[in-house]
Amino acid sequence: VCIHRVRSCSSIRFIKSKYVCVFDKSALKFSHQQRLFRTSAVSRGQIVQFKLSDIGEGITEVTVKEWYIKEGDSVSQFDSICEVQSDKASVTITSRYDGIIRKLHYNLDEIAYVGKPLVDIEIDASKGVAPEEDVVETPPMSHEEHTHQEIKGHKTLATPAVRRLAMENNIKLSEVVGTGKDNRILKEDILNYLAKQTGAILPPSPKAEIIPPLPKSETVPAAPKDKAREVPVPVSRPIVFSGKDKTEPVTGFQKAMVKTMSAALKIPHFGYCDEIDLTQLVQLREELKPLAQIRGVKLSFMPFFIKAASLGLLQYPILNASLDESCQHVTYKASHNIGVAMDTEQGLIVPNVKNVQVCSVFEIASELNRLQSLGSAGQLGTNDLTGGTFTLSNIGTIGGTYTKPVILPPEVAIGALGKIQVLPRFNGKGEVFKAQIMNVSWSADHRIIDGATMARFSNLWKSYLENPASMLLDLK
Amino acid sequence: MVLRSSLKNYLQLSCILRTPKAGLRSTTSGGLIIQSISNDVYQNLAVEDWIHDHMNLENQQVLFLWRNSPAVVIGRHQNPWQECNLRLLRQKNIKLARRRSGGGTVYHDLGNINLTFFTTRKKYERMENLKLVVKALKALRPQLDVHVTDRYDILLDRQYKISGTAAKLGRATAYHHCTLLCNADKFVLSSVLKSPYKGLKSNATPSVPASVKNLFEDDPGLTCEMLLGAIAEEYAMHHQIDHRITLINPADEAVLPGINDKTKELQTWEWVYGKTPKFSVSTCFNMVYKGSVLDVKVDMDVKHGRIETCNIDLPEQWLPPVLCSELVKSLTGSKLCPNETTALATTLLRLCPQDDELHSRWNLLCENVKMLM
Repeated sequence: VCIHRVRSCSSIRFIKSKYVCVFDKSALKFSHQQRLFRTSAVSRGQIVQFKLSDIGEGITEVTVKEWYIKEGDSVSQFDSICEVQSDKASVTITSRYDGIIRKLHYNLDEIAYVGKPLVDIEIDASKGVAPEEDVVETPPMSHEEHTHQEIKGHKTLATPAVRRLAMENNIKLSEVVGTGKDNRILKEDILNYLAKQTGAILPPSPKAEIIPPLPKSETVPAAPKDKAREVPVPVSRPIVFSGKDKTEPVTGFQKAMVKTMSAALKIPHFGYCDEIDLTQLVQLREELKPLAQIRGVKLSFMPFFIKAASLGLLQYPILNASLDESCQHVTYKASHNIGVAMDTEQGLIVPNVKNVQVCSVFEIASELNRLQSLGSAGQLGTNDLTGGTFTLSNIGTIGGTYTKPVILPPEVAIGALGKIQVLPRFNGKGEVFKAQIMNVSWSADHRIIDGATMARFSNLWKSYLENPASMLLDLK
Repeated sequence: MVLRSSLKNYLQLSCILRTPKAGLRSTTSGGLIIQSISNDVYQNLAVEDWIHDHMNLENQQVLFLWRNSPAVVIGRHQNPWQECNLRLLRQKNIKLARRRSGGGTVYHDLGNINLTFFTTRKKYERMENLKLVVKALKALRPQLDVHVTDRYDILLDRQYKISGTAAKLGRATAYHHCTLLCNADKFVLSSVLKSPYKGLKSNATPSVPASVKNLFEDDPGLTCEMLLGAIAEEYAMHHQIDHRITLINPADEAVLPGINDKTKELQTWEWVYGKTPKFSVSTCFNMVYKGSVLDVKVDMDVKHGRIETCNIDLPEQWLPPVLCSELVKSLTGSKLCPNETTALATTLLRLCPQDDELHSRWNLLCENVKMLM
C-alpha cells in the first residue's frame, strides 16, 4: 500500500490535492504507522519486498520456524531474519538490506514460498560521509563486526550512514553510547566518541581474534607533544556507561525461596555468637583423613560439627523442635535430621542427614559425600530435601567470620560457621600460642527458646569440638 | 579416538583454521579432511558451528569426521519431550544435545560415525555426498547392499536404515551431516528414542521412526575406523585432494578462537530445552494412596521450555486448595524440569502445616507431576 501512495504522489499534476487526500485517509486507517512515517519521508523511505531466495535442490516450500526480528525492528545487511525448515534442512535467512522491518508475511509454522515476499523492509536512502580527519589507531574490524552488532542480545540501533562512518573510523559500535531514541547511535555520538579518542594511543589487539580496544586511561601510555608544556587540567567528562538494566521474572525455585524467607522473617530471631578453638580437632582430622580415604570417603570438618550438634541436642531437645502455626504446641522431634546448607546452581539448597543421633562420624561423612555429589549435579531427591529439624551452614568455606543466619521454617534454630583462622591466643600458662579459631553464629526462635538455653547448648557443642576426646564419653 | 593405520599420516593442526577473511591454509587447495579427537557431543557440534561461522569455503570443501559417547541429538526445531525418554536419559547419564540443523532425532554412541560435508551455499548438494558414502562402502565391501533413498536415508538390505541426514544453510556456507551405524547399541537406541510422555500437542518437527541395523551385523569384520578411512579416501579422490586426515582438538582456543563459548552455549538449558517450540501437555494419571485410586488431570502450556500456564485437577479436598494453588503458582514460570520442581516443592513444604499425612500427599502429587517432565 505504501508503494501505491508513493506512486500516486510522484504524478506531478495531482501532487497537491491527492497528496493531502491520501494522507488524510492514511491518518485514519494506518494510525500505528503514522508515528514512524514522517511527512517528509514519503519520498525518502522505499518499501522493498524481500523475497525468499532459492534454497537449492529444487525446493519451493519451507516452513517458518522462528522469527529473529519483529515489525518495527531495524535490521542491517547480513542480520538474521528468520529460521525456516525444509526437508531436514534448517536455513537461516539473512537480510540483504539495511532498513526497518515493516511487515512479516508469515506466522510461525506457516509455509513460505521461494520467490515470494518474506518480509517488507523500508530502506533508508543512505548518503555518503566524508571521512573524519582524526583517525584513531585501532585494529581493523571485519565487516561483520560493523554490520551486525549485538551487545549481549541487544541490537545496536544505527542507520547505515552512521554505521559507515563508524566503519571508516574503525570504531566498534558497541563502544559508543547512543543518545537517540531507544539508545540509537547518532552521527553526533560517533563524532563525540572520536573527539574523546583524539590524542590517546590505544594498544593494538594481541591476536587476530577481535578484542575491543581498552578504553581505560591506565592503559594509555603517552600523551601528545603539545600537552607536555602545560600542567594538565582535569577535564570533567561525563561518565560513559552503556550498560542496560535487565529485568527478569522471579520464577520456580526462586519464587519458593521468596515465600520461605518471607515466612522466616516472621520468626523473632535472636543471635548468639562465640569463637571455638579447633586446634585439637584440626590435628585429629589430619590423623583420621587417610583412614576415611581408605574407606572411600572424603572427611571434612562438617561430620564432627554435625555429630557434636546432635550430642548437644540430646541435652537441649527444644532446639530440635517445631512450633505449630498457631503457636499453641511445640513438637519435640525424635530424629536429629541435620540440614547442611549447599550452594548449587539452582541456589541455596538444604539437604539433611537423617537420624544423626544414631550415626557415627564416618557414616555422617559418607552421607555428606553422597549429598554433595547429588547437590552439585542438581539431582537431590525429595527425601533428601525434606524432614530437616536443625540446620548448619558452613559459610566459612567461602569466607566470613560472624554472620546472621535466617532460621528455615519449620525449624527453630540454625548455626552458621565462619572460616577457620590461625590467630594468637593465650593458653593456661599465659603463653601465646597459635590457635585455629572458628566463629559460630547461632540464631534461634525467641518465642520458645531463650538465650540461656542457646548459650548452654553452644557451650556444650564448643566443649566437644575443643576437646574431641570428650565426645567419646557421650557417643552412643 | 586416534586412528592407527599405516596408510595414513596425521598432521597436527596448529594455526591453520583461522579467522573470517583468512580462510583455511590447508596443505593442498580444494579441500580438507578433519577428525575430532573428542567424543563430547557438545564440543563436536561446536566445531561444526565454528567452521560454519568462520571458515571461508570459497575455494575448498571440508569433511569433518566425528564420533560421540552416548548421546541423543535432536533437530533444531524439535521437542525433546516428544522425541525421547528423558527420564531414561537422566538415569543412564546419556547426554541430550540440540543441533542447529533440522531433521529428526538420532542416538549416537561410539559405534556410530558422523560425517559433516561443508561447502558454500551454492555447492550444497546432499545426494552427491550420500552417493559418495555409498561408493566408499561398496569399495570397502562390494557385497554390501546399500543405497540412497529420495528421503536422503541410506538403507541396508533395502529395508534397514543405517544413515540419517540433516542440513544447515547459512548466508554463504552450508553443511550437510549424516550418521552411519557401524556397531551401535540398538537396544539402548530403541529404548531412549521412545517417548513415554502422553498428551503432548506440538508443532515441532516430528521424527519418522525407522528400523535400523548395524553394518557390523552384515559384516562382523567392519569397524568404525575402517569406515572412516574408506570414506576419507573416497572424498579425497572425488575432490582430488590430499587424503591425509588432520586431527583437531575441539577445546583448543588457539586453533579455534571462541570455540569454548560455542560449546558452553550448546550445553545451556536455554538452548537444549528452551528452544522447544511452544507446546501443550494435557494428560491424566492415577495415584494410589492408602488403598484408594485418585484421578488427577494436568494441563500445561509450555513456552521456551518453561511452564506458561498450569492447571492441576485433584479430587476435592484431597489437598487443601490453598496448597494446591501455591503449587500451581510456583510451577508457573518454572522450567519443565524435575530437579527444579523438586527444589521448589520441597521448599514450599516448609510453609505447610507440619502434618505427616499432608506431607505424604503433597510428596505423592509432586512425584507424579515430575513424571510428566
